[in-house]
Amino acid sequence: MKGRGLGRQGVPAAGSSGRFDPRVRQMMLSKGLKRKREEEEEEKESLAVDAWWLDPGHPAVAQAPPAVASSSLFDLSVLKLHHSLRQSEPDLRHLVLVVNTLRRIQASMAPTAALPPVPSPPAAPGVADNLLASSDAALSASMASLLEDLSHIEGLSQAPQPLADEGPPGRPTGGASPGLGALDLLGPATGCLLDDGFEGLFEDIDTSMYDSELWAPASEGLKPGPEDGPGKEEAPELDEAELDYLMDVLVGTQALERPPGPGR
Amino acid sequence: MFLKFSLRSMFYGAGGGNDIQWCFSQVKGAVDDDVAEADIISTVEFNHSGELLATGDKGGRVVIFQQEQENKIQSHSRGEYNVYSTFQSHEPEFDYLKSLEIEEKINKIRWLPQKNAAQFLLSTNDKTIKLWKISERDKRPEGYNLKEEDGRYRDPTTVTTLRVPVFRPMDLMVEASPRRIFANAHTYHINSISINSDYETYLSADDLRINLWHLEITDRSFNIVDIKPANMEELTEVITAAEFHPNSCNTFVYSSSKGTIRLCDMRASALCDRHSKLFEEPEDPSNRSFFSEIISSISDVKFSHSGRYMMTRDYLSVKIWDLNMENRPVETYQVHEYLRSKLCSLYENDCIFDKFECCWNGSDSVVMTGSYNNFFRMFDRNTKRDITLEASRENNKPRTVLKPRKVCASGKRKKDEISVDSLDFNKKILHTAWHPKENIIAVATTNNLYIFQDKVN
Repeated sequence: MKGRGLGRQGVPAAGSSGRFDPRVRQMMLSKGLKRKREEEEEEKESLAVDAWWLDPGHPAVAQAPPAVASSSLFDLSVLKLHHSLRQSEPDLRHLVLVVNTLRRIQASMAPTAALPPVPSPPAAPGVADNLLASSDAALSASMASLLEDLSHIEGLSQAPQPLADEGPPGRPTGGASPGLGALDLLGPATGCLLDDGFEGLFEDIDTSMYDSELWAPASEGLKPGPEDGPGKEEAPELDEAELDYLMDVLVGTQALERPPGPGR
Repeated sequence: MFLKFSLRSMFYGAGGGNDIQWCFSQVKGAVDDDVAEADIISTVEFNHSGELLATGDKGGRVVIFQQEQENKIQSHSRGEYNVYSTFQSHEPEFDYLKSLEIEEKINKIRWLPQKNAAQFLLSTNDKTIKLWKISERDKRPEGYNLKEEDGRYRDPTTVTTLRVPVFRPMDLMVEASPRRIFANAHTYHINSISINSDYETYLSADDLRINLWHLEITDRSFNIVDIKPANMEELTEVITAAEFHPNSCNTFVYSSSKGTIRLCDMRASALCDRHSKLFEEPEDPSNRSFFSEIISSISDVKFSHSGRYMMTRDYLSVKIWDLNMENRPVETYQVHEYLRSKLCSLYENDCIFDKFECCWNGSDSVVMTGSYNNFFRMFDRNTKRDITLEASRENNKPRTVLKPRKVCASGKRKKDEISVDSLDFNKKILHTAWHPKENIIAVATTNNLYIFQDKVN
């Protein structure tokens, strides 16, 4: 799957491609498309009905919430997540809180009732993901990969900065420009991905970059998927593979800007 | 009369939130309901003497008000605050690499203590911190030899005598000039700045990192906290606020979206990822809901002036922590508990993510924070009484005492009470400030700044 709009190298492992996973896009698209007006009103109604525990008159108000969240709360959270990710520069706090709430809701909706509703240790989300339906796992993976991209591109652009080594306290951060911020760069593009059909996307990519001998072949270590090892932030130099990735990103952005059409 | 006044203020000091009667003093800002986006107030801060009051807005402007020096014997109220200086602190920027706009909204203003005739403050937007010098000019030189009064140069050959230029008084002019620009050190959005008690360094915090700066040095900062995980998929928590201890120049705290506060000692290690203390209250199982984490997210943390305590604000409450006790707060005050049953709706309309600030009075005996419907709350730590007041132009004449408000949570609504369902959630008071020495408070509604004082004589 070379040349996927935003320049991920290598062939993705099954089910790990995150936001490019058609299943994820399908799910997120379908959640979005579903919200026609009548269904919105239905949702509101069901929200009112399901939220019996929020009725101030109800004796159970201050008691423990029900074990299972309504599906409308789940949908609402997915919408919020979607909306948050579509921002050109997402509010990280809002994003993290929505994701954590969504995970909690997912956990309560899981078939295995033994799953605790509050995944507290960092390892728990991974565990919880394994127990969830595949579409939920794909959602988590897509979120994870988006956040992962943020860290990778940030690591790339911080590479050329000189590091002061006179032993000052902490880590000097230097005064050059900050990371590219993949989430930012990919934000509008992600929106495009989700809006347009993904078939047209691949037609538009100019693959001449990849065919050229000047560029090193894509190394799978450059852009690991969610389950791979730690990212490239530790590498201080901007090596060929990173340059390659950088070019892909830029090419990918340009590709998306070209109007889609047959036989380009 | 004067003797009574001075005895009274001696007795009550700067405390007694409920023993004092709050009066409307002034309101600043546009009257019409149609709020211009740029006029939305985003931060309010008194300087160390309380003479100056700074506000920042979404349009990147800073407006500084100065208290009039009143005649204490004859005046029936403390001096009014009038505009002293207005300047554009931050401009909207466009990051071409990321193809996105950097908002010019002023997130925080912090004053430096005054060292000479000029005033200095730090103001920050999402990415860049600036040090501004505000200075007065009330004299100008006149009588140059080579220049005419209008500025045109004189022909040197026409100069036959020399004179010494003299300073002549002029109308007071207040100038603001940027002295330092601290840029390019934050990938994420800056939420806090805090000046160290050494008055030489300060910290800036974004969602994942905290940097330490020297006020004189702009091309370098030191990263002292980094909670960014190696794999971003493991990100579950962000930094929400940070502050230096008021007396101990090696100590600072930062709060998180999970309701924890970490106290760090910069002497322990260069990178303060390991905290010295972790303050966290265990969750009350009877109040657990899907929104537990969101409402536990701390939106503000403030040390008391004494440095013994710190206060945190989460969505529904204000908590006072003793720095020597990590496992629970020593005091908890409910700001608007009636909202607990409405969390689902508040999640839907995003109000649950609103970030309220809080502040101490000068003697640390009363704390204040904002709420919805333009209400704000004060809690007296000594008497344990609390009061709800409203910032509104209606029925507010100068020196009229504010009427306490009450929200009816359920059941029969009494006269003068307001039911929860009729609260206006668009009218939020997120920013409040208390004069460091006197009972004067500044309360910001969406686009207006209210100043209230305690009733004098």
